[in-house]
Amino acid sequence: MSEKILLIDDEVDFLSAMAERMEARDMKVSTASSAKEGLEKAMAGSFDAVILDLRMPEMDGIETLKKLKEKNPDLEVILLTGHATIKDGIEAMKLGALDLLEKPADINALTEKIKTAQAKKMLIVEKKNEAMIKKIMATRGW
Amino acid sequence: MAILDRIKPDFLKSRNISTGPFRQMFNYSRIWRWAMLLTALVTLLPLVLITTLDYQVTRKSIESEHLLRTLRVGSNAKRTISYFLSERVSALSFIVRAKTYEELNDPDELAALLQNLRESFGGFVDLGVIDNSGVQTAYAGPYALQGKDYSDQEWCKEVRDKGFFISDVFLGFRKVPHLVISVRHTRPDGSCYILRTAIETQKFNEILTALELSGRGDAFLINRQGVIQTPTRYQKAIFEKIPYQVPEFSEHTEIREDTNPEGQPVIICSAYIPDSPYILIILKHKNDMMQSWNQTRIKLIGFLAISITVILLAIFAFTTYFVNNMYLADERRLMTLHEMEYSNKLASIGRLAAGVAHEINNPLAIINEKAGLIKDLFTYTDSYSADTRIMGLIDSVLSSVERCGIITKRLLGFARHMEGTLESISIGNIISEVLGFLHKEAEYRNISVMVNLDPTIPEFTSDRGKLQQILLNIVNNAFAAMAIGGRLKIDARKDNAGQISVSIADNGCGMTEEELGKIYEPFYSTKTKTGGTGLGLSITYGLVQDLGGRIKVASKKGEGTTFTIVLPLQPPTTTGK
Repeated sequence: MSEKILLIDDEVDFLSAMAERMEARDMKVSTASSAKEGLEKAMAGSFDAVILDLRMPEMDGIETLKKLKEKNPDLEVILLTGHATIKDGIEAMKLGALDLLEKPADINALTEKIKTAQAKKMLIVEKKNEAMIKKIMATRGW
Repeated sequence: MAILDRIKPDFLKSRNISTGPFRQMFNYSRIWRWAMLLTALVTLLPLVLITTLDYQVTRKSIESEHLLRTLRVGSNAKRTISYFLSERVSALSFIVRAKTYEELNDPDELAALLQNLRESFGGFVDLGVIDNSGVQTAYAGPYALQGKDYSDQEWCKEVRDKGFFISDVFLGFRKVPHLVISVRHTRPDGSCYILRTAIETQKFNEILTALELSGRGDAFLINRQGVIQTPTRYQKAIFEKIPYQVPEFSEHTEIREDTNPEGQPVIICSAYIPDSPYILIILKHKNDMMQSWNQTRIKLIGFLAISITVILLAIFAFTTYFVNNMYLADERRLMTLHEMEYSNKLASIGRLAAGVAHEINNPLAIINEKAGLIKDLFTYTDSYSADTRIMGLIDSVLSSVERCGIITKRLLGFARHMEGTLESISIGNIISEVLGFLHKEAEYRNISVMVNLDPTIPEFTSDRGKLQQILLNIVNNAFAAMAIGGRLKIDARKDNAGQISVSIADNGCGMTEEELGKIYEPFYSTKTKTGGTGLGLSITYGLVQDLGGRIKVASKKGEGTTFTIVLPLQPPTTTGK
């Protein structure tokens, strides 16, 4: 099963290389080179995980994360940063990010995280489905 | 020398650094010297001046008092002797007026007169009448002097001119000193005669010896030629010449200073006895006279000497104390400055490092991804996946990137002042945890580890992770410095200031002074060939600072290194920046 990933980073070079490597690992990757573009793409499609750079011009990672979570609380976000501080880490966790990884990140570690994100999403979806089925069963009264 | 070294104040031991940012504010030995000199000068100068002045004034006043007293005694004695002589002259004058020449020439009458004189005045030896031609016509007394011719004698002429004459003292036939008084009388017919008497000087001597004179004083008479006329106590015998200059004539009593033949200073009081050939001399030894002054003087000088000693000691003690304290304060200031400069330097290096690391991390991430992509592409392309050389090259790029990543992460760790979590910690636990990491290595390399824990160390509040990292870094370094069979000693105790002091001593290769100065600087490493990044101790330094502690190091090349970490029981209230 291939995961749907959204990559948001202002470094286009990084973005393209990363996207290609992920695609090579059987993932469906969309890229956005700014927070604004990223938000739009995140709303337009359904993703298993969003990989978000913490430091970007105009709108930074934390701000973007906040907006993403506002619009879709179930979306799993992995933060990526060149300079992680504990403060950022705590802030990110509070806002519901899945994890915070430091650049340069190991592709395998990142892949693992994405898989975790997908599994989590699946779990949530299953639970939702289950709840829905229960609800239907309760109302229809089979 | 050792004792001298011990009591020598600190500032005299130091060498003065005269240039550069860490020079002392003052030249302390010069300040000390000047302070000593000036204080001594302003305190001792008035003291010495006043004492000298007082010395002079007191000496002068004592001296003048003594002189005045001697002068008074001299005047009194002069009057007494003068009176004594004029009394006898008057007695003779009275006789020549009361008696006729014929009556005086009567031997019985003359003898009766002599008897009366002896009884009423005393001291009269004989009485004689000398006629105009100088022949003694009548004589009453113990000698057979009747008919003696005095016409050729000097005094005979003098008495005719002056009316009376008093002779020098001389030894008579009986070898008893006496003097002669003669009075001339003019008879109604115009011819004149002389009444002459010899008087013993016994009375004189009594007057003079009765004088109380201090300071080996001596009172006696001399004649105008300086021949001694009356017995003396300490001077030459009677009829010898005094060894001093005869004083010049003066109507008043005079006083002067002279030196005696032994060279000692003497005071000579002299008075010419009017109408006589005598000069009264009172002679005193100046040194004896000033005896009382000498005692006062010794007291004065003693007081001065003791005062000067006490003042000098006090000045020495105070000046040394103050200058030394000034010096120590300055030293502390310099040390703080040094420390500040050092921590500032480290902090700015830290900021720089963080900036560099952060800036490098992004391109590094790109390199990582690009190289990774190349690897991916090659991995999925059959023609390249078998090419081990290309795969090796890419792997080497990737591993270098990874190593760069580790370095930048450590750099950031060094620069970052993280807010840690504080908890109650037992130092013993931390040490055993850290040693647990290295247990295997110690066993493998046969390194003996001794831990000496002071049981009175209380649990204290600190960041466990940071403390672990600090100890691990230092112990790791110690392990790296030691050869097989090394000895590591960890000592934890509570110091006097109530802080926890942990010292980690190895007997490894040690460091030189130059190396010691750089160990906390980032990228300084002696293990570059074996993969050291030179960041371990920089990070350790930052971490210890974070915990509000201090880190000290002592090392000797070839003997080993001792790191000492001093930690407070409570971390500083302002954590992190």
